[in-house]
Amino acid sequence: MTLTAASIPSLWRLARLDFDPVRQQRVLLYPEGVVLLNDTGAAILDLCDGRRSIAEIATALEERYHCDVTADVIDYLSQLVQRELVRA
Amino acid sequence: MPEHPTTLLAEITHRCPLHCPYCSNPLEMVSARHELTTEDWKRVLSESRELGVLQLGLSGGEPLVRPDVEELAAHARSLGLYTTLVTSGVGFTPSRAAKLREAGLEHVQISFQDSDERTADRIAGMSATRQKLAAAAIVRDLGFAFSINVVLHRANLDRVGEIIEMAAGLGADRLELANTQYYGWALENRRALMPTRPQVEAAAEVAEKAIGAYAGRMQILYVLPDYFETYPKPCYAGWGRHYLVVMPDGRTLPCHGATHITTLQFDNVRDRPLRWIWEESAAFEAFRGDGWMQEPCRTCARREIDFGGCRCQAFALTGDAAATDPVCTLSPARALIDAAIRDATDPPEYRYRYIALEPTRP
Repeated sequence: MTLTAASIPSLWRLARLDFDPVRQQRVLLYPEGVVLLNDTGAAILDLCDGRRSIAEIATALEERYHCDVTADVIDYLSQLVQRELVRA
Repeated sequence: MPEHPTTLLAEITHRCPLHCPYCSNPLEMVSARHELTTEDWKRVLSESRELGVLQLGLSGGEPLVRPDVEELAAHARSLGLYTTLVTSGVGFTPSRAAKLREAGLEHVQISFQDSDERTADRIAGMSATRQKLAAAAIVRDLGFAFSINVVLHRANLDRVGEIIEMAAGLGADRLELANTQYYGWALENRRALMPTRPQVEAAAEVAEKAIGAYAGRMQILYVLPDYFETYPKPCYAGWGRHYLVVMPDGRTLPCHGATHITTLQFDNVRDRPLRWIWEESAAFEAFRGDGWMQEPCRTCARREIDFGGCRCQAFALTGDAAATDPVCTLSPARALIDAAIRDATDPPEYRYRYIALEPTRP
């Protein structure tokens, strides 16, 4: 499926975000798998609550990054949709 | 210094009521009286988290044979581990399931042998289907993440479509369809388990269509039969890179099949800290990187993709654990694989695994 600014992403029911004190890094955990997240990835996933649209997520992140990040958010989440870790 | 491991498979017991002829336990199983204690296991889990492990498999044998699974699951949760109970479903009673849920267990994987009950019972060497179906219903009711695992071989590969429908009907979130890997017990039973190439091709087509059709509802993982492939499987993305296994008696391995490599000695968590075993032991160092590789692997463009394939398979079939996995069509020993494919027998006769369920006197 193709994501747009109107898509409303949420984490797969089986996945959860956590912080790993050993790596000092945010992680996405799910059955039989781990994604080690960078700060930007974690900031995007924190906003994937099944209520906000991608446009709203991008707006929230723009306050932090001071530029239009809609395309980056779509790119990032598309990879996770491909891996079935994010639903939209 | 090696990377942090991500995954620990804790084989807390080899005891199991099932007798599957492709069991991934070693041929020489650990008896009950040599198993680690609850306190040992809790220490191992704590040490694994300090080392970087995030994923825990509580496995066996049948882990529920031990009465301390709930305690171990609670300890794992307190450490922040994501835990999978790898079970046959036998012993997954409503009361134990509720305690496991309360303990914070997140994911339950139940093995099924087939969608056809008669064949399933023949493969398991016992009648377990009804207990598995009951266990599946409990897993769903309590809201666990739910996977079904089915090992595929000659006797069930033609029913892969029915198996997928069965898993969907049981409400699985994930279905792992794993073609048999021929180490240990499965190698002993290779002639009986080996499918034909037309079977393999038909099943792959059914699975591929289902992966698309079920996307978003049930995730399907199809593990290819490596004997029928051009290149070998990457050994857990590299020996001693992400994965470790602790056996019931505390011996610690880079993969669950590694005890079959008789030229290696495996250190024990009873004698050594897990960190030392991971970072410094000879067995974990043996096949890290690519310095150990021979031709054709040493100069192969794929050496960072498949790492020369499976070390256990190389040792089992060629007697040299540093050889190219003979599954690889570039291996000088590939003829061994082609001969094994031709050597299948019909109807299959299995050599089953057996182990005492209760501790016996020393």
